[in-house]
Amino acid sequence: MGAYIIRRVLWLPVVLLIVTFLTFTIARFGPGDPVSVAAGQFRDPAVLERVRAERGLDGSVVEQYGRWLRDALRGDFGESFQQQGFTVTELILPRMWVSAQMGFIALVLVFGLGIPFGLLAARANGTWVDPLIIGTLLFMRAIPVLVVIPPLVWLFAVQFNRLPVGGWDGVFDIWWIADVIAVPIPDPHLYIPLVALSLPGFVGVARLVRYTALEVDREDYVRTARAKGLSEGAVTFRHVLPNSLLPVVTVVGFALASIIEGAFFVETLLGIPGIGRFTFEAVVSRDYDVILATTVIFSAVFVVMNLLVELTYGFIDPRVRVGASRE
Amino acid sequence: MTATTAEMQRETAAPRGQGAWGALWERLRRKRLAMISLVVIAVIYGAGILAPLVAPYSYTRQDLDRALEGPSAEHWLGTDRLGRDMLSRAIYSARTTLIVTTAVILSGSLLIGNVLGMLSGYRGGWVDSVIMRVGEVFSSLPGLMMLILLNATMGPRVVELVRWVEDHTFLSGLVASGFASYLTVFAALSLFFWIGTARVIRSQVLQLRERDYIMAAEALGARPRRVIMQHVFPNVSFLIILEVSGALGAIAGSEIVLTWFGVGVQPPAASFGAMLFEGSGARTFQSHPHLLLVPGVVVTLLLFAFNLFGDALNDAVRGR
Repeated sequence: MGAYIIRRVLWLPVVLLIVTFLTFTIARFGPGDPVSVAAGQFRDPAVLERVRAERGLDGSVVEQYGRWLRDALRGDFGESFQQQGFTVTELILPRMWVSAQMGFIALVLVFGLGIPFGLLAARANGTWVDPLIIGTLLFMRAIPVLVVIPPLVWLFAVQFNRLPVGGWDGVFDIWWIADVIAVPIPDPHLYIPLVALSLPGFVGVARLVRYTALEVDREDYVRTARAKGLSEGAVTFRHVLPNSLLPVVTVVGFALASIIEGAFFVETLLGIPGIGRFTFEAVVSRDYDVILATTVIFSAVFVVMNLLVELTYGFIDPRVRVGASRE
Repeated sequence: MTATTAEMQRETAAPRGQGAWGALWERLRRKRLAMISLVVIAVIYGAGILAPLVAPYSYTRQDLDRALEGPSAEHWLGTDRLGRDMLSRAIYSARTTLIVTTAVILSGSLLIGNVLGMLSGYRGGWVDSVIMRVGEVFSSLPGLMMLILLNATMGPRVVELVRWVEDHTFLSGLVASGFASYLTVFAALSLFFWIGTARVIRSQVLQLRERDYIMAAEALGARPRRVIMQHVFPNVSFLIILEVSGALGAIAGSEIVLTWFGVGVQPPAASFGAMLFEGSGARTFQSHPHLLLVPGVVVTLLLFAFNLFGDALNDAVRGR
């Protein structure tokens, strides 16, 4: 197991190196280099040459990449081409914070709602409730988030005038009871994006929990537990639930991936100043240093997440640990 | 997934001896939902294939006097912002989705995925390491973001390339038909959709290699290509079908999302992504709901059918 962990951890920088180099070359592959893109109509060869040298964009792609890498390792991701005068780090950090908060709440919702619904469906197996839940879930999985958001906004923001049409105003809002007692509640700006972000993951987790709970239900130890007279509740919570949660750990990575991907269009559609929208804008306006920095961040999050999932799984389930050391 | 396809086939073998594929079809045919899904897919994709015949109007014909109209006798599903017939747009969008999914499945999932998976499992050693590590790098990439980046940067280059081809050969009208943007989307998606197939095939091949009949074939001096084509391929074919049915929805969804972001299929070619984008404002939805509902309902139905059919197929392959 030890060697396995070390191998996985050493893999991280390798992946990041390859990914950044790929992004570096892909981003340069488009027509025009960053400096001429930024210059737009204004084209004085001498000035372009000077800016190129200033930004470290002269020489071959490999040389440029070497310079970029050296700076990035020191935490310097350069300066934005589109929003001049701002460093990439300055621009990215506050947006990452917005997305991270929202993504975290969505992740909690995915598992907080997905697990109970899955268990509920499994417990109701054989009645009309189970197919109802599963049918609804399957249907919900099929509706693309792109299709869900506009009707939601129209219904709650325009028709009922209950929620804002978009934007961001922090995680918490204060709800005053009789102008005296302040109760912190989730900010109304969050509701629609959270529904859209957590929907795909929620469906996946609920279906998986249902499936594994039904499998576990057939195990001998569950039959033993029932036979010795434990109540249904005790059987569910002490025997079925813990064992059906094992495979759920493996989908944390997928859930996070779907939340991150969802952030791209949820933030774009609802005008939320997060990293997804910012990345998309950077790609369209070809803001190279921003694109590179966000790729590094996203890839790092993906790889670290998968690593953590693998390690947690080995930690929880001894069978995996034994298998890995035998390899 | 411990059972190989061979074992599944043995379990599914029907008494009347019509072969494994016949048995699979028998099982599938008894599932009502699977058949309904198949019909839905066939209708949507069939309309796409026959688009020039079944579409009442051209997908580019504008009639600005009649823009943003709701459903009527002449325009069954209404018209869009430019007065183009929504039904025709939807039919041609299905054609776009069909072209992209078929191309990506054929090249990415089937060709690249199978060849690399079999090579990886059969050869082993450094070939296996290289292929699997490359796959690992690709799956650690943030997919959607890389796709957007690839399409945004490759798009203009591909258009240039296609123009060059037009100038130097007798082909013409390629750029105008949207061929260049199909090509871009297809190439970018193929880069990502081979990994799943390759992994499944590899693990199956690894199991199969230990079987006596493969060893016997090798001992008799069969070449690797012959072993793979004669003995390995028939045994993994069911799994390939499963992989493909799973990837169909994902590929269609990716094309739609990319086009929604404006980096996929370029206008005037029709795509559900572009249609959804046009209808996605809250105010637009209030005044002209059909702009979102027409593509939204079709896309949802299509993806729903893919999901249901995939699940049913999964059950059928496993002998349920």
